[in-house]
Amino acid sequence: MTGWFGGYGGQFVAETLVAPLEELEAAYQKAQASEEFLTELDDLLNRFVGRPTPLTRLRRLGVEANGCTLWLKREDLTHTGAHKINNAIGQALLARRIGKQRIIAETGAGQHGVAVAAACAHLQLDATIYMGRVDAERQAPNVQRMELLGAEVRLVDNGTATLKDAINEAIRDWIAHPDSTHYLLGSVVGPHPFPTIVRGFQSVIGREARQQFLDSVGNLPDAVVACVGGGSNSVGMFSAFLDDPVRLIGVQAAGEGLGPGGRHAAPLLYGEPGVLQGTRTYLLQDDDGQILLTHSVAPGLDYPGVGPEHSYFKDTGRVEYRTASDDQALATFALLSRAEGIIPALESAHAVAGGLELAEELPHGSNILVNLSGRGDKDLVSALAAIRERDGADR
Amino acid sequence: MRRLEHAFADSQRETALVAYLTAGYPSLDETVDLVDAACAAGADVIELGAPFSDPLGDGPVIQATTQQALRAGVTVAATLDLVAKVRATGNDVPIMLMGYCNPFLRYGLPKLFADAASAGADGFIVPDLPATESTDWLVEAERHNLGQVFFAAPGSSPERLRRTARQSRGFLYCLADNGVTGVRDRLADGLDAYLARVRAAATTPVAVGFGISRPEHVAALRGKVDGVIVGSALLKRIGAATTAQQRIAETTALISELKEACR
Repeated sequence: MTGWFGGYGGQFVAETLVAPLEELEAAYQKAQASEEFLTELDDLLNRFVGRPTPLTRLRRLGVEANGCTLWLKREDLTHTGAHKINNAIGQALLARRIGKQRIIAETGAGQHGVAVAAACAHLQLDATIYMGRVDAERQAPNVQRMELLGAEVRLVDNGTATLKDAINEAIRDWIAHPDSTHYLLGSVVGPHPFPTIVRGFQSVIGREARQQFLDSVGNLPDAVVACVGGGSNSVGMFSAFLDDPVRLIGVQAAGEGLGPGGRHAAPLLYGEPGVLQGTRTYLLQDDDGQILLTHSVAPGLDYPGVGPEHSYFKDTGRVEYRTASDDQALATFALLSRAEGIIPALESAHAVAGGLELAEELPHGSNILVNLSGRGDKDLVSALAAIRERDGADR
Repeated sequence: MRRLEHAFADSQRETALVAYLTAGYPSLDETVDLVDAACAAGADVIELGAPFSDPLGDGPVIQATTQQALRAGVTVAATLDLVAKVRATGNDVPIMLMGYCNPFLRYGLPKLFADAASAGADGFIVPDLPATESTDWLVEAERHNLGQVFFAAPGSSPERLRRTARQSRGFLYCLADNGVTGVRDRLADGLDAYLARVRAAATTPVAVGFGISRPEHVAALRGKVDGVIVGSALLKRIGAATTAQQRIAETTALISELKEACR
């Protein structure tokens, strides 16, 4: 494990964190070679998380657009309702092996926080979750779920009081308690070895989906689409298709508008490389290297950086990156619900919007696999309010 | 490096005192006066913080000062200008620029080191730059004969300590405790044994920071280290004062008191 993806990644951290990061890397490598660990993880993924998740063929969307078929990998059907649990249960198991009883985590949409709280309750670990106050307000049900699962939720008021600020506070907590605490980072971001570990635990999405697709259709999809905030569901999905002749498309949040001065969260399209939260990657930053404020209606995408492997994929061209706006995501949230009976998370609605756009571009009869990373129950209040507001503005 | 070496030359007899100030707090003009006041009161090295939006190694006190500086538009370029202004007053105390990787990288390392050298700065302290990621920085530091300070942490392995100490230019910044910057009531447990381990690994001077706020902390460290670093305690006193004159008086009072304990 080098910790570098081309020129991206690395370990830009306070010296205090070097020892626990080295300990984590060694423990992960040992666990990957341990039959006992892998068997226990598989068992948890099957009997606690609810894997494998199904692959659903959409009946109307895509077909009606251009005779293309959209397939959804249903990570929304996992226990706690999003792909985050794959990594949370894996790292919690790892922390228990290292002998760390106290777990800290950040959360944006609250899905990672809920997954960590559930994994910790199941494995009898103590969970403390940092969450930006703005996110806590727009994802209130997830705060209640975390607390019900026995986690302590600490609200963060710094900065924009969203995901980046929650990560800052979690890292500060870890710097204060490096010996007793495991930081259960929820995405493929942060210092080495997190991008590699989180990809490892999320790669189950791609492995399952690729096999299910081959079993159902007999060949590979023409394109695979996933949303990219920090980028863990997408890296988990893409990792199985990197060597295949398959187009890979990552969808970032265009928020309320792109370009200079726009309120968005699309560093892969409008950022420059820099160092934030331990890793070198594309960042939304100003000319002085200060990190810019971001915006997305989807809290899980509302982040100025991105996992370093995505920066590498962008430069090599292996993955194409596009955007979907708040309006597109909200429209798709409603559309998928009514047309197919599936309520997507607002984050995942960005991926579905990207898939629908692609259906218009690809030849008639193409197959598009979209990762539906989470379900939308958590978004009902804020999404319905935003949709009402937009309908009002239209009249 | 000359000024820096000189500052620690006599540390066996008298511990060097490093005073941290945030560039542009409470304003750029006032920082010049506060640097002068700290030096006049006995500070041997100034650590000048360039603000960053996401200062992961800092606690609430320093965070608040850098946020205020950022709101006033203080940049890396403005921080370098500030060093030149201090030098223009005839002040010859070493000035180390403290800041996080990203603003420095954005400025560009070759230009950063060249401009820092010509402004009269003495080197860099970058808390999110471990020695293992510092190759490009050390090339520039050597080219311009500037310091590049790395850190020792309580959990650092002996092997890691040796490597970090060997690469550190100017001095080794010894983190007294786990956690972020901030005032602590007492020195960490087991500090003496840890300092002895650091001393055994280091050939450069060793300065200790994090949680050092009172004369008794400084007195307890005398003879065990080459320097002590005070940051949050100083900014807290400055922040509590209401006029520019009072801020200078508070700086003078705390630095004199701490310097007294160095002797």
